[in-house]
Amino acid sequence: MISVEGVHKSFGRQIVLDGVSLQVQPHEILAVVGPSGVGKSVLLKLIMGILQPDRGCITIKGESICEACSEGRRNKIRACCGVLFQSAALFDSLTVFDNIAFPLREEKHLPRDEVNQRVLDMLEALSLKKYAFRYPEQLSMGIRKRVGMARALVREPEIFLFDEPNTGLDPMDGQEVYELINDCRKKWKFAGLVISHEIPEVFQVSDRVAMLWNGKVVEEGPPAQLIKSTNPIVQQFLKGKTDGPIRIQ
Amino acid sequence: MSISPVVAVEKIGAPVLGFTERWGASVIFLYHAICAIFRPPFRFYLFLVQMLQIGTHSTLVVALIGLFTGAVMAVQGEYTLSKFGATAFTGSAVALSLIRELGPVLTALMVVGRAGSAITAEIGIMRITEQIDALRSMAVDPIKYLMAPRILAGIVAMPLLCCIFIVVGIFGGYVVGVGLLGLSAGTFVSQMVTAVDTFDVVSGVVKAVVFGFIFGWVSCYKGFTCGYGAMGVNRATTGSVVTSSVAVLVVDYFLTSILTRVFLQ
Repeated sequence: MISVEGVHKSFGRQIVLDGVSLQVQPHEILAVVGPSGVGKSVLLKLIMGILQPDRGCITIKGESICEACSEGRRNKIRACCGVLFQSAALFDSLTVFDNIAFPLREEKHLPRDEVNQRVLDMLEALSLKKYAFRYPEQLSMGIRKRVGMARALVREPEIFLFDEPNTGLDPMDGQEVYELINDCRKKWKFAGLVISHEIPEVFQVSDRVAMLWNGKVVEEGPPAQLIKSTNPIVQQFLKGKTDGPIRIQ
Repeated sequence: MSISPVVAVEKIGAPVLGFTERWGASVIFLYHAICAIFRPPFRFYLFLVQMLQIGTHSTLVVALIGLFTGAVMAVQGEYTLSKFGATAFTGSAVALSLIRELGPVLTALMVVGRAGSAITAEIGIMRITEQIDALRSMAVDPIKYLMAPRILAGIVAMPLLCCIFIVVGIFGGYVVGVGLLGLSAGTFVSQMVTAVDTFDVVSGVVKAVVFGFIFGWVSCYKGFTCGYGAMGVNRATTGSVVTSSVAVLVVDYFLTSILTRVFLQ
């Protein structure tokens, strides 16, 4: 579904990604983990086509988003993707209902009755009915993330990208988001990429995990394999030690 | 201490390249925004919302400034013209200065201060809270959805606000000139009607349209390229107001020169 091949990305003299290669298979969820500032969110923006890689190729369902020459072409390629942003990125001026209806009205241009029905179904499915006419500022971060998921799911994506889904949440809300991801995955059967540094919580939603450090993938495999890894970088990160090859920059 | 030629060239070249890059990026942004205005789907309601924000919500402040500007012009005009025994021309002095110069320029400066800063801050906050990325992720072009309606509304609202400014300003000038300074009402109006011709009105409207275009372009571009955090929004908003205001005054000079030449030939 997603193929990242030898991607390099620098900002000025700072090399962020240095030959990263990853694959996400259909119905699979890959977690990309690593310390803060290692380039996980940059990788997500490259996959979405918001940033362009310096070298390398990213394909979504076999189509290269890097070679798409226009915004229109990129829009067509990413039409199959849903994204849950770190801050949920809800539109402040719209209610929960209108936020969820937004892609149906503005992207798919569906008739009003169909939009209303699909939004109501989504509100019901994600237990958001009582928040329908509230504005994002009136919601807790946990509910905002839920609305963000609803807004992405209403487009029925085949690929779901999660950028640090439990950032800013207390442990209970964080756990609830992961349970929600698992429930939604069973229902909508999407492939996914989760960007996170929450270890080991992210393992419960991922089939495979790739650890990013110093611009490269240092370890990749199922969560159990990562836990047993003898790589000192992986072990230091998993155990949260300050002493080891990873230095706080 | 001597500086090597390479370092000297680098020191001069870096800001020149930076300046050229910023200008290039803003022109490319403008090109995309103009193309987006004419490309379907047309979201007329977004244009109307922006007309409300930029136009309707600025009406009161523009009218208030217009009223007092006209009043001040009457006082100053009457004082200056009295030195030449020509107070009869106060009406025409008030009207001409409002229509040709003060109306478009002061309206633009007011709208830049009120709506321009708001647009930059709004778009800037949308950028740093990933709302613009969210639009892209839903295959909605942010330039078409956010920028095009604002630029178009700026172009349409500015001349309308300018007309309100001028009408209210002339009324203010009339009230002060006739009511307080004791000028003849008939002379005030007849001199004004005689002095103002079509060129003056067209010139004022053309200026307002161009200022509306500058206002929309600068405020949207500054918001769209806003840096991260509160400081980023702060810099973008300040930059937007300063750049728009300076651009309005600079362009005003060139427009006045060009329009005067074109119409008087």
